[in-house]
Amino acid sequence: MGFFIEVLIGGLLSGVLYSLVALGFVVIFKASGVLNFAQGSMVLLAGLAFVRAQAFLGETFPFWISVAGGLAFAVAIMVIVAWLVEKFVLTRLINQSSLSLFMATIGLAFVIDELSQIAFGSEVYAVKIGIPREPIIVLTGLFDGGVLLNSVDLWAAIIAACLVLILVVFFQKTGTGLALRAVADDHAAAQSVGIPIPWTWLIIWSVAGLIALAAAVLWGTKVGIQYSIVFLAMKALPVLILGGFTSIPGAIVGGLLIGAGEKLAEVFIGSMIGGGIEYWFAYVVALIFLMIWPQGLFGERLIERI
Amino acid sequence: MIYHEAGQFKTSYKQDMAMLPIVQDRWSVVALVTFAVAGLPILLAFGTDAFTSNYLYSAILIPFLILSLASIGLNILVGYCGQISLGTGAFMAIGAYAAYNVAVRLPQVPSILAILCGGIAAAGAGIAFGLPSLRIKGLYLAVTTLAAQFFFDWLFLRVSWFTNGSASGSVTAPAVEILGIKLESGTGKYLFVLAVVVLFSLGLKNLTRGALGRQWMAIRDMDIAAEIIGIRPVYAKLTAFAVSSFTIGVAGALWAFVHLGSWEPLAFSIDRSFNILFMIIVGGLGSILGSFLGTAFIMILPIVLTRVPAALGVPLSTSTISHLEVAVFGILIIFFLIAEPLGLARLWLLAKEKLRIWPFPY
Repeated sequence: MGFFIEVLIGGLLSGVLYSLVALGFVVIFKASGVLNFAQGSMVLLAGLAFVRAQAFLGETFPFWISVAGGLAFAVAIMVIVAWLVEKFVLTRLINQSSLSLFMATIGLAFVIDELSQIAFGSEVYAVKIGIPREPIIVLTGLFDGGVLLNSVDLWAAIIAACLVLILVVFFQKTGTGLALRAVADDHAAAQSVGIPIPWTWLIIWSVAGLIALAAAVLWGTKVGIQYSIVFLAMKALPVLILGGFTSIPGAIVGGLLIGAGEKLAEVFIGSMIGGGIEYWFAYVVALIFLMIWPQGLFGERLIERI
Repeated sequence: MIYHEAGQFKTSYKQDMAMLPIVQDRWSVVALVTFAVAGLPILLAFGTDAFTSNYLYSAILIPFLILSLASIGLNILVGYCGQISLGTGAFMAIGAYAAYNVAVRLPQVPSILAILCGGIAAAGAGIAFGLPSLRIKGLYLAVTTLAAQFFFDWLFLRVSWFTNGSASGSVTAPAVEILGIKLESGTGKYLFVLAVVVLFSLGLKNLTRGALGRQWMAIRDMDIAAEIIGIRPVYAKLTAFAVSSFTIGVAGALWAFVHLGSWEPLAFSIDRSFNILFMIIVGGLGSILGSFLGTAFIMILPIVLTRVPAALGVPLSTSTISHLEVAVFGILIIFFLIAEPLGLARLWLLAKEKLRIWPFPY
């Protein structure tokens, strides 16, 4: 039982990271109806920018300045990328089908992946932001030997929770959030009441960039920043299917479910059929889910004929 | 002037509906095919040494033809029927492994039949993974095809039955034999692949002009309207999945048997899926000709890109060049989607139109 709980909690906590990536997808999808395949690449870019800037500053300045400087640099990069994307891709694809936009973001993913590796290098970089890495053992009284937790995962969960809170407040309580929700609801109507569409896109892509930075820093603390982080993006797709494309809570719950389900399946079913099922389990769950419940757990129910 | 149909009168419906109604078109296609079948091999046999011609066959011509076939297959689904797929690599893998298993387990089966079996297996899998398209569409469908990609990657890597118990997961296909003749030389392989590709592209071109193709396009353009005029979406979508996966499966079997010879599951990874998707975006969605143009473009581009920095005297490391190459692909995709969503095929049409009225502007 202790082992089961340990696997479950480990899965839930790694699910938090999927949720963070999925959040980036959701905010962009909510505001512009674009499924941004490049979200994983933005995680890579943000991570690389942060790590390299921090390492550069760390040579001359004390630790906390290097962390702050690295974060500032990465934020600046993400905003610039958001601006470039808005300027050179999105505004030129207005009124195209969502499929064209999706394919354009696939192209974008390739561009961001490769250019960021050219600019910042393509090795594995360790992230050091002062989060303790020791494992924590809890519930020793309840189970024999207790339950082993990774403290990085715990921090990730706390930061993710804060991010979600901030995002919910931002979307529900601020004027900008209201404008973004209006754009998500109806582009033309929003424009007719005077909301500048390109500006909202810039905001939303910057927000997605910041979420990517958070995901990159947390994921990087666990496994280092490297190219394979891009495949995170693809793991976020089943999360979206499960949670619904337009729901922030859905992204969180979906991420947790996928993270836990995948680890449990790997440990308890995978050992029976050859292992490695972590690789596709999430997708097949999403596939089955799509058949039964196409709009996801928290998605808006669209009434249309297919 | 050169390209003008003046004086060519169509006196029957048959002529009017012909695949290539203009005489110049017909002759240029005949000339192209003749050149590909006879001219090119003769040119290579006498014009170059054995090493160069072998290189051209095995590194350029054969991969070009097979990938063109795969992109025609994908174009049927994405370009004609409007259902996006990111699982081309998986369907190629199914074709390859099904053909391999038939060829290895039933050695008396002729190679052509084994390759076709690969296509049929891929068509079956295509229908299975196309079933969700009846309930969902667009971006959601992309995820189900991605599921196919990851699932089959795993299946062929981990379940040793498919690789005939090979420990490393890499398998070697038996030699392809056509009517008792073993295909060993580059010329032989090239001609075999060429024959398959020509047959498939003619057949599929015809299919897209017929009732089925029009149903696909109607579904693509507006599914509700299509349904109202009496097209069954279930039938149209599933046939598109089946035909597309069949073609891709045959391409996968050819890729494995004729081009690679021995391969491992990585040969059909998600990179291959994106590669082929890029080919049809650049070439032109909804165009058989575009599939060829796009394949040629995507295959030639890396060769050019690796030469350009050296030619300009800019010293770049190989890793930078390979990163740059992929980045240029990405930029091109975005560029084509913005500037010419119908791709190179559309540019070709425009050029033809210009030639028709040349030297007058309109």
